[in-house]
Amino acid sequence: MLIHAKKASDAASHEITPESVYLNRRGFMAGAAAVAVGGFAGNAGAAVLPAANGAGAFENLKQGYRKLGEKDQVSTYEAISGYNNYYEFGTSKSDPAANAKNFKPMPWTIKVDGLCAKPGTIAIEDLLKPHTLEDRIYRHRCVEAWSMVIPWVGVPLAEVVKQFEPLGSAKYIAFETIVRPEEMPGQRSARILPWPYIEGLRLDEANHPLAILAVGIYGKTLLNQNGAPLRLVAPWKYGFKNVKSIVRISFTEQQPKNTWQVMAPDEYGFYANVNPHVDHPRWSQATERRIGSGNVLSAFEARRTTLMFNGYQEEVGQLYAGMDLTRYY
Amino acid sequence: MSDAALQARRNVLRRGLKPAVFMLCLVPLVLLVARGFANDLSANPVEFIIRTLGDWALRFLLLALAVTPLRLATGWNEVARLRRMLGLFAFTYVVLHLLAYTGLDQGFDFVGLWNDVMKRIYITVGMAAFALLLPLAVTSADAMIRKLGGARWRMLHRLAYPAGVLAVIHYFLMIKAGYQQPTVYAVILAVLLGVRLVKRA
Repeated sequence: MLIHAKKASDAASHEITPESVYLNRRGFMAGAAAVAVGGFAGNAGAAVLPAANGAGAFENLKQGYRKLGEKDQVSTYEAISGYNNYYEFGTSKSDPAANAKNFKPMPWTIKVDGLCAKPGTIAIEDLLKPHTLEDRIYRHRCVEAWSMVIPWVGVPLAEVVKQFEPLGSAKYIAFETIVRPEEMPGQRSARILPWPYIEGLRLDEANHPLAILAVGIYGKTLLNQNGAPLRLVAPWKYGFKNVKSIVRISFTEQQPKNTWQVMAPDEYGFYANVNPHVDHPRWSQATERRIGSGNVLSAFEARRTTLMFNGYQEEVGQLYAGMDLTRYY
Repeated sequence: MSDAALQARRNVLRRGLKPAVFMLCLVPLVLLVARGFANDLSANPVEFIIRTLGDWALRFLLLALAVTPLRLATGWNEVARLRRMLGLFAFTYVVLHLLAYTGLDQGFDFVGLWNDVMKRIYITVGMAAFALLLPLAVTSADAMIRKLGGARWRMLHRLAYPAGVLAVIHYFLMIKAGYQQPTVYAVILAVLLGVRLVKRA
């Protein structure tokens, strides 16, 4: 019997999308159990930000972390950029793509303050310049129990933190999203969320090598609906931790009050680590629906088991050793 | 026009009304299927299907509840003939909504399903609304009205009111933030139920 094993390179012509071209060019192994090659450095140079809002492509990206499971298929660009929770642009999943067109992500400055030796206001280009941009593929698990797989472009948050020289008294880092009601229609209603959107990490979480500040997806600058021009990505946490369009970074001694914790403290905590054993009070977190394949037939796929720390337990587990995760959810 | 001609025209309208509304009631379902074939069900097809069917279930329930107020307000008695059909379409969309959830989302895993019903309050509430509508669908035939007697049948069919309330609560509970949409439905439901209270007072 002739058995034809399908290789990744056997893609039918209709499967050859700009995304698959990007993934192949970057040497991603689509659908296969890829290996972590964290140390590999290409001919990467200093981070340069091309034209904003998805218009420009990055060059000289360093190949970063891309450890995926056997069944992890990178989500389509259409899904990643068309199905978003970004309440500043409206509460439905299609609102951000529809309402973010007038947002101006350039020019962009970030205010850095609090317990650090080098506070100040810095342009995004200068913030990125000392660092090397990497592309990394992470699973993305929303607190609403759906997930995607996203090829980010970004810099390790730890390196950015180091550049501002936090003081010994700094225990946390807080992030703030921009407030521009004239460009962000969701912000015209104070009833949706209290603005600005605030998120935070413990400083050792921020210094974990998996945490990045992202500036791109699929090798292109972030689209407005994805949090242009600068956003957090901490892949072992629920998506809402990944604060978008960051304009302020503060080093603090006290734990920041993140927006969703303020809104519903019994439902959303400070840590928000992906954890199949701690349910949301209104739904189970034990399973998730993988979306973003671009195929309606995925509707017939079963939900999948949610992994502890979104599958990054080996990497981040020690950050929470001895902690009662049912209490610190 | 002669009286006979007017009468004939009225008969055509009368006879045409129900089939026309029947076809209209199928439009949301046909559009959903068409979008499925066009691979156009958003990034999250399961959610899209469940939400679309749920939205239409609630809309048809409100339409069925609007029949009597509309008749009272306009004196257009013909409209009463649409009530059962609208109610049964509401129930049809409820069943499809429920099937999409139990089948597509939960894969007919009834153990997981039971946990979900218990765990997620909004699903508990949704199931309760379904439980209230089920006897109404079962007793919708003329023979059942005769069997139960008009008074008892009418009493039973007032379950549509709490079912509507539960359906709107079900919508409110599943949302994280931004309550404009369920609020619209809540206001419409309040008006439709309020009319009945005022009328009785």
